[in-house]
Amino acid sequence: MAKRIDVSGLTAYYSAHKAIEDISMTVEPRSVTAFIGPSGCGKSTFLRTLNRMHEVTPGGRVEGKVLLDDEDLYGHGVDPVAVRRTIGMVFQRPNPFPTMSIFDNVAAGLKLNGSYKKSELSDVVEKSLKGANLWNEVKDRLNKPGSGLSGGQQQRLCIARAIAVEPQVLLMDEPCSALDPISTLAIEDLIGELKERFTIVIVTHNMQQAARVSDRTAFFNLSAVGQPGRLIEIDDTERIFSNPSVQATEDYISGRFG
Amino acid sequence: MDKRPERPASNLQGARLPKWTPWAVAVGSVAAGLGISAAAGLESSIQWALIAALLFVLVSYGLGVKVEGGRQAKDRFATSLVWVAFLLAVIPLASVIWETISRGVKVLDFYFLSHSMGVVADSEVGGGINHAIIGTLEQVGLATVMAVPVGVLTAVYLVEYGRGKLAQTVTFFVDVMTGIPSIVAGLFILAIMLQLQLEPFGFAGSLALAILMMPVVVRSTEEMLKLVPNELREASLALGIPKWRTIIKVVLPTSIGGITTGVMLAVARIAGETAPVLLLVWGSPFINNNPFEGAQASLPLYIYQQYAQSAGNAAAYDRAWAAALVLIIIVMILNLAARGIARWKAPKTGR
Repeated sequence: MAKRIDVSGLTAYYSAHKAIEDISMTVEPRSVTAFIGPSGCGKSTFLRTLNRMHEVTPGGRVEGKVLLDDEDLYGHGVDPVAVRRTIGMVFQRPNPFPTMSIFDNVAAGLKLNGSYKKSELSDVVEKSLKGANLWNEVKDRLNKPGSGLSGGQQQRLCIARAIAVEPQVLLMDEPCSALDPISTLAIEDLIGELKERFTIVIVTHNMQQAARVSDRTAFFNLSAVGQPGRLIEIDDTERIFSNPSVQATEDYISGRFG
Repeated sequence: MDKRPERPASNLQGARLPKWTPWAVAVGSVAAGLGISAAAGLESSIQWALIAALLFVLVSYGLGVKVEGGRQAKDRFATSLVWVAFLLAVIPLASVIWETISRGVKVLDFYFLSHSMGVVADSEVGGGINHAIIGTLEQVGLATVMAVPVGVLTAVYLVEYGRGKLAQTVTFFVDVMTGIPSIVAGLFILAIMLQLQLEPFGFAGSLALAILMMPVVVRSTEEMLKLVPNELREASLALGIPKWRTIIKVVLPTSIGGITTGVMLAVARIAGETAPVLLLVWGSPFINNNPFEGAQASLPLYIYQQYAQSAGNAAAYDRAWAAALVLIIIVMILNLAARGIARWKAPKTGR
């Protein structure tokens, strides 16, 4: 079910400012790929181009191709809303909908798209919460508001919400950077389980997390401040962290800059 | 009253006036103010109050300089100014409430609320405000029904969609409309009515009130929508929910408390407008339940007519005060309802 992503020649702009330039890479299905790199190098911008969220920002536009199993997401006549239903996203800060209960939050993707049967909803919610390792903690209070949970629980709720619509790919933009170490561990374990079902791409500032969690790692960098970000190297995680091919990667990994 | 300052050994501590100093100075100032105005034969209570306020501020500052030093003295000066300003703001409010209640309850009873002025002349005792209450509720209700959807949707456009020239133009005109005097809005509708040769009717008043209400609704809704964090919109869009559904199901419910408060404030504003009603609805002593045909009364218009057209008749004054009290009560009920709805609908943080 999970699909592969092929990116070729992707360049993204904010109005006239070029944010990332000429990125090409392949993401294998059912794998975890991590994006690492210094602040401002365009990792999050690139991640957002993968599910067409970049154009939600005023002035955002993209050139190049992103193929999801041979279908170009930026092709003529492609509906961005349909793309986002296929490629889900989890954000840096947990953002459950404040006016909805936990149950409604997880079901939001289905309910607000209109295509659901009431009887199926509870099953889907239970399955998603179990998939996010949150079911045991909230099964007795599904009707309580989502904002009453701790930070780690809220983030797992957002993950449950994202996987409830059964996407092909799950994008995660620094999902643990706002969480404590225990919650971080819980989510990293969760990523290990989720990769059986989904293709996962995770942006992280934490190199050790990338080393723990991912199968392949991509290193992004800027040549100078104000210049667009580029993909410097992408390889198996083990090779990137032990024997990278590019000197800049080696410098970043060993902390000579960051 | 001078205190001999102690000189402590430490240079971290300075001398301090005791905590009851402001109260003592206040009491002293009031006493001195009364004494001075009695001695000088001044009659107005404003004059002794002013003298007392001045004394309070100056003595607080003087004591502070003498005992505590420059910075604390300036602090006392500012604090005493703040207190004086607070009292200046609160006294008229308390006075209005007291006057209205004490004069209004004289003729306020169930008969008063359920009968009109149909069989009683303005100079006679008796009668009621039922026709005025119905008129106000109907006119304000219809104005709300017209202004709120237009206002909320305009605000949604300005915040969620508008980027270019059209949005700027709309914002400009909304700003201009917030300043329209109520009588000008009334004249605008009157001109149309005369063109169409229409007789006065309640709905015409509603139209003018809607014109006055709409920019307030747009402005406050806009502010509330801007307060919704962008990450909620992004979370919804990232689930593949279309933008219009995101607005209806996520953005508006999150801000509904604030929007309701803004709408209720706008309603409170137009409930008291007399000029457009005078021009367009004319007033009537009879109960008229149909806002689309025939003249109607309204509470502010009723108050004006009872006061101005009764040539000092005590019965008419009593009725006017009672109507004023009822109007204030209606507005207060709407306000409390708005707060209740806002609290009920606010994003909950229960565990």
